[in-house]
Amino acid sequence: MAGLTIKNLKKSFGTNTVIQDISFDVSDGAFCILLGPSGCGKTTILRIIAGLEEHDEGEIFMGNKEVGNLSPKERDVAMVFQSYALYPHMNVYENMAFSLKVRNLSKDEIDSKVREAARLLDIEDFLDRKPKKLSGGQRQRVAIGRAIVRSPQLFLFDEPLSNLDARLRSTMRVELAKLHQQLGTTIVYVTHDQIEAMTLGDKIILLDKGIIQQVGTPQELYERPSNLFVATFIGSPQINLIEGSLLSNEGRMFFKSGGLTIDLGPRTVLEKYSGNTVILGIRPESLTPGNGPIVGSLEIIEHIGSENILYVATDIGRIIAKAPPDFQGRAGEGISLALRTTDIHLFYKGIRIAVGVLS
Amino acid sequence: MKPSKLLFYGIIFIIIFLSLLPFIWFVHTSLKTEGEVTAIPPKLVPSGSLNFYRSAITDYNLLHYVRNSVIVAGATTCVTLFISVFAAYALARLRLKYKGLIMGSLLLVSMFPQISIAGPVWKILQALGWLNSYQGLIIPYVTLTLPLGVWILTSFFNELPKELEDAARIDGCTRIQALYKIVIPLAAPGVFTAAILVFIYAWNEFFFALLIMTQQKFQTLPIGIALFQGQYTLPWGEIAAASTVATVPLVVVVFLFQKRIVSGLSAGAIKG
Ligand SMILES: Nc1ncnc2c1ncn2[C@@H]1O[C@H](COP(=O)(O)OP(=O)(O)OP(=O)(O)O)[C@@H](O)[C@H]1O
Ligand SMILES: [Mg+2]
Repeated sequence: MAGLTIKNLKKSFGTNTVIQDISFDVSDGAFCILLGPSGCGKTTILRIIAGLEEHDEGEIFMGNKEVGNLSPKERDVAMVFQSYALYPHMNVYENMAFSLKVRNLSKDEIDSKVREAARLLDIEDFLDRKPKKLSGGQRQRVAIGRAIVRSPQLFLFDEPLSNLDARLRSTMRVELAKLHQQLGTTIVYVTHDQIEAMTLGDKIILLDKGIIQQVGTPQELYERPSNLFVATFIGSPQINLIEGSLLSNEGRMFFKSGGLTIDLGPRTVLEKYSGNTVILGIRPESLTPGNGPIVGSLEIIEHIGSENILYVATDIGRIIAKAPPDFQGRAGEGISLALRTTDIHLFYKGIRIAVGVLS
Repeated sequence: MKPSKLLFYGIIFIIIFLSLLPFIWFVHTSLKTEGEVTAIPPKLVPSGSLNFYRSAITDYNLLHYVRNSVIVAGATTCVTLFISVFAAYALARLRLKYKGLIMGSLLLVSMFPQISIAGPVWKILQALGWLNSYQGLIIPYVTLTLPLGVWILTSFFNELPKELEDAARIDGCTRIQALYKIVIPLAAPGVFTAAILVFIYAWNEFFFALLIMTQQKFQTLPIGIALFQGQYTLPWGEIAAASTVATVPLVVVVFLFQKRIVSGLSAGAIKG
């Protein structure tokens, strides 16, 4: 096992720069998530780490060893592909045994390793089936089985759950977390699904257009998004953004947008932005029906069981809020929303303003 | 059966019968006796004598020609396939410039009429001292069949997901290992189709064989059969027997692997 360190990685395909300049590290045994929208370069980074793709500049360390010029074979990483890429002409057993055979392990050794992995993943019953005759979830487990049989230095997962239905996805999420606890191997896991990212990761690296937007724990990304991209990407339903200006009045700061004024209290750190246009972000979960500054009329109510999601039309645009399951309002009614000022995010020119006491 | 169906099957039967007629005819003739060949009216059911086979082998050296044909066609198939696999793999997988141009010129080369290259080929072989040698025929055959092999295999390799090879390389294979452990087994119908077509070409080829092999020692089956005919004799029976011997192995092989070849031909046809 080993940690992973990436330094100043750059990669272009022709004139299309896909990875701009990326550095991060993953400590030994961590579960690290590469998160980002489609096309931001996640797969490319994984392929570079695996040695399937050459990088233009930068260094890749596994443990203390620079592996940038080694072949995939020498790097000893295992990868689960988005499409699973199971060998169609081999049965499940042979698929899992393949990497061990290539390494010339003895028959007995191969057999015990394959069977152990099969037991761990609960795929013992169809070891002699061809991939064609497996369901999506079974294939997915075989693909993971193929990766874990040889206890590699590092696991690379490329959106392994994206082909599964919602229920299977949530059970597999739990399975993966359990597997990681059992094996303790470092994992780099690519996804564009923020729920996967938030639930599985120790550490999330959020990418956009080949640039790292923020690195942190799931909680950090959620509670302290460093810019507007992170704020809107993390959280569902999306964070509410309201454009307005900051004013200071007798030592107190106010956010003002149209008819809405929010009292931010005495915040000296914000005084230098006084008079500037800023964007205020507030998550739906921090807005609830009650006595507050935001007023409008209820457009739509979504009942999703554990809570209600409210779409409220106001003169500053549509605002999304959450209400407890016993909420009684009906569409068309007027409503006012209370907000927790401690959960407010302020962005100036797209970047989060260090608001200190705010959170 | 409806009349339209009847007509349909009737036409199919006629077409199949007409295309098989020469084959049926010479198999039929080869089983006659000397007297039956020229008998008038012709006998519909031959007596089933194997005399002509015996004399084709003993008097006309049939097995010698078969041996030469097996050597030339077999070697051509092996060499062409070997080169085609690598060339096609490179064309299908590597980021090459001018890929279309390369594929196009391969196609173009394969369309040259044989007569236009006969002179140069002969000159080159003469300079090399390879007239009347196995390699003297194998090398031109390889050149002529390579475009076919490369085209068929490229279209097959193109259809295999690239991630399978990536997975193999992650699993510890070198590129070459990934090629022969994963890619070639999966492209087996394509490899087989190419092999059969190349073999048939080399087995049947007449023009270059006649030009290059002037000594009996190296002549292949088509030339051998053509030369059965003496100045004053036309041994119909032996020619028919030899033709049967030349055809039957191909027919058997194609029948045995019919399913694979059909899937091979159509896969190439639809997506190539
Ligand atoms: N072999 C290639 N040649 C040229 N461009 C490529 C190649 N591979 C990827 N790209 C480009 O690089 C960019 C990033 O691709 P990549 O596959 O890494 O995205 P991704 O983040 O994995 O997206 P997704 O979530 O859709 O899988 C894309 O714009 C893609 O078009
Ligand atoms: Mg991807």
